[in-house]
Amino acid sequence: MSSATLAPPAPAAPVPARARGRRASSILRRFLPLLPAIVLLLLFFAGPVLWSCYTAFTNQALSGPGAQNPQWIGLANFRRLLNDPTFIQSLVLTVIFVIGSAVVGQNVLGLFIAVLLRRSGPVVRTTVSLVVVGAWVMPEIVAAFCWYAFLNRDGSLNHWLHSVGISQNWLYTAPMFAIILANVWRGTAFSMMVYSAALSDIPPEVEEAASIDGAGGWRRFWYVTLPMIRRSILTNLMLITLQTLAVFTTIYVLTGGGPGNKSQTTPIYMYEQAFKFYDLGYGTAMALVLLVIGALFSAVYLRFVKADER
Amino acid sequence: MRRRRITTALLAAATAVGTLSACSSSGGSGSNGKTIKVAYQKFGAFVQMDQHMQKVKKEYEKAHPGFKVELEPIQADENSYYTKLNLMSRSSSTAPDVLYEDTFLVNSDISAGYLAPLDGYLSKWADWSQFTPAAKTAGKGADGKTYGVPMGTDTRGLYYNKQLFQKAGLPTDWQPKSWDDILAAARTIKQKLPGVTPFNIYSAKSAGEGATMQGLEMLLYGTKDTLYDDASKKWVVSSTGLTDSMNFLRTVFKEKLGPSPQDELDPQWGTKVSTDLIPNSKLAINLDGSWLTGTWKKTGSKPWPQYSSVLGVAAMPTQDGAAPGKTSMSGGWLLSVGSKSKNKQAAWNFIALALNRENSLSYDNAASQIAERKDVASDPSYTASDPFTPFFTSLVSVTHFRPAYADYPKVSDAIQVAMEAVMTNQSSVGDAVKTFGSTVRSAVGSDKTTGS
Repeated sequence: MSSATLAPPAPAAPVPARARGRRASSILRRFLPLLPAIVLLLLFFAGPVLWSCYTAFTNQALSGPGAQNPQWIGLANFRRLLNDPTFIQSLVLTVIFVIGSAVVGQNVLGLFIAVLLRRSGPVVRTTVSLVVVGAWVMPEIVAAFCWYAFLNRDGSLNHWLHSVGISQNWLYTAPMFAIILANVWRGTAFSMMVYSAALSDIPPEVEEAASIDGAGGWRRFWYVTLPMIRRSILTNLMLITLQTLAVFTTIYVLTGGGPGNKSQTTPIYMYEQAFKFYDLGYGTAMALVLLVIGALFSAVYLRFVKADER
Repeated sequence: MRRRRITTALLAAATAVGTLSACSSSGGSGSNGKTIKVAYQKFGAFVQMDQHMQKVKKEYEKAHPGFKVELEPIQADENSYYTKLNLMSRSSSTAPDVLYEDTFLVNSDISAGYLAPLDGYLSKWADWSQFTPAAKTAGKGADGKTYGVPMGTDTRGLYYNKQLFQKAGLPTDWQPKSWDDILAAARTIKQKLPGVTPFNIYSAKSAGEGATMQGLEMLLYGTKDTLYDDASKKWVVSSTGLTDSMNFLRTVFKEKLGPSPQDELDPQWGTKVSTDLIPNSKLAINLDGSWLTGTWKKTGSKPWPQYSSVLGVAAMPTQDGAAPGKTSMSGGWLLSVGSKSKNKQAAWNFIALALNRENSLSYDNAASQIAERKDVASDPSYTASDPFTPFFTSLVSVTHFRPAYADYPKVSDAIQVAMEAVMTNQSSVGDAVKTFGSTVRSAVGSDKTTGS
């Protein structure tokens, strides 16, 4: 023991002091390797988060007087948000986007695929999983460009539709539909994997018992399968909701929030205000609101999980 | 045991040092004051600035041995260029020594503390007396100090394709007298020449300041109203002129006299207009800037020597032909010294070299700029450089300057949002003007706005 050899013998109450010293040094030893990581996290993760919380209450800007001497303006940014119809609209679009692409799209499609795969042979299962997970593995920007290439005016979809005579720039005529579709395509794999894992945990006897009692496929699913995986459903919903709230790249590449602001969700509007119109304070105030909305969603989901545990 | 602890400590220390040094080394270049960083825009068809800076860099390094010029061409569209420039200017480790600055941002960037005053250098610079009085005010801040040396100015007007006009039975010496004349010509083109875009006016957020200036302000300053009331020092957020201008836009896009809105939303639209639509006779009338011809010169990105015979130019008329009958807007770009520059003298030397007589002349000729130096304007090669130069220079007599106060960029952003809403028919003209008013009021304070 190095500490024992180094520490001078202390006759009065030697044991506790030495033990305390040893414990302290062991804690130090254990956490020292973590120190760089903690410092980095504080510096590059907590730092910006705290800074943006602070900035939301200032008139910090990229140019103009607010760039040199940002002033504390209290809740002015938030009052402005409430009176900004574009912001309200962006919130509505964000909710539509989250419900359309995550809560309904990814969630239902993921569950559907997982249920179907459960009954299929290994070849089908492997092939389908590979394809679905492939979309998930692809970096967001690549996936977004794929969809851009597919949907834009000279894209593959219009190439095929040309003969039918309904070719159009889908990103222009149906921007919300386009971004929801792209996000469902990309994110379904996550839900599918969560549900595949949950479904494989259901003991086969339960379902057998139900079918002996005369429950058909649909009733078995509704009354047996779904209740048994409800915890996974809630967890999955929470995770994909938070992920989808923050989606930026896909929308930015596909429509840039346009035309006008028809697909301008809050992250896109936030970016425009902060980095195109230099109003960092206003942009970060929006980020804070988005954070609160995310927290609310998760609080609701967590509440369901808790109620379920009781 | 002891060895292990020492190893742990060493590892931790090494990691910490590694991170810290990684943080500091990013700010290393230029800290010795022997390297000057020059930031400017290079985007789409606009390559003349890059060519010019390459040339000046060579001359500078030859004239000042031991000094190095680091060029930082920023590849970004208008709005993103300013954003990147501002982000760079915020930190002294990334702030450029010399920056290429649009005149409308000068006051905003002065109050942000990004620019250094140049009066001390200018008073000793013999060339400064060659600059016109108007040019000397281009980089002047609200505090009376000068923060930039102009590279050249510009005016705006209508380009039209004479061959297309002839085919459509329109006069090839076209001089519209009112907005209605423009609409009438565009309607004729649309009817007679399907497949040709009759009239281009920049109206999308992606065109940035180009939409505000080549688009709305070219209309608005041809009405009885303006954007800023000099007497009361307030922004005019609603006026008949503004509504009329927006209605003009609405008409253009409703009757499909303009490009398809989805084309205009493309950030590359401006490049497409100058390098494809005009040279290939797919566009009949284009409301654009005097610099456009630079794209078609030998040094440009799309050489097209026939431009001077195929195209005609006409002044933008006032709304109903009221005196003086025509209107124009002028802007221009400056070279400024960054306030965080570690060797301002070296940065100034670069600007003085980049904008001396020879270099101003070659840049103004290549980029189709209207000269701001008297000795350049009188140079025979300048007057001969472009057959349209006399026309665009003549517009200086009716031109307007933007109210380039510190709040102007915010007002300009609000204009672009309103224009795009009208172009895409997302909101009515009335609603767009109303939204514009409330946006400006909350951005600059309602005590600084006027208008019913």
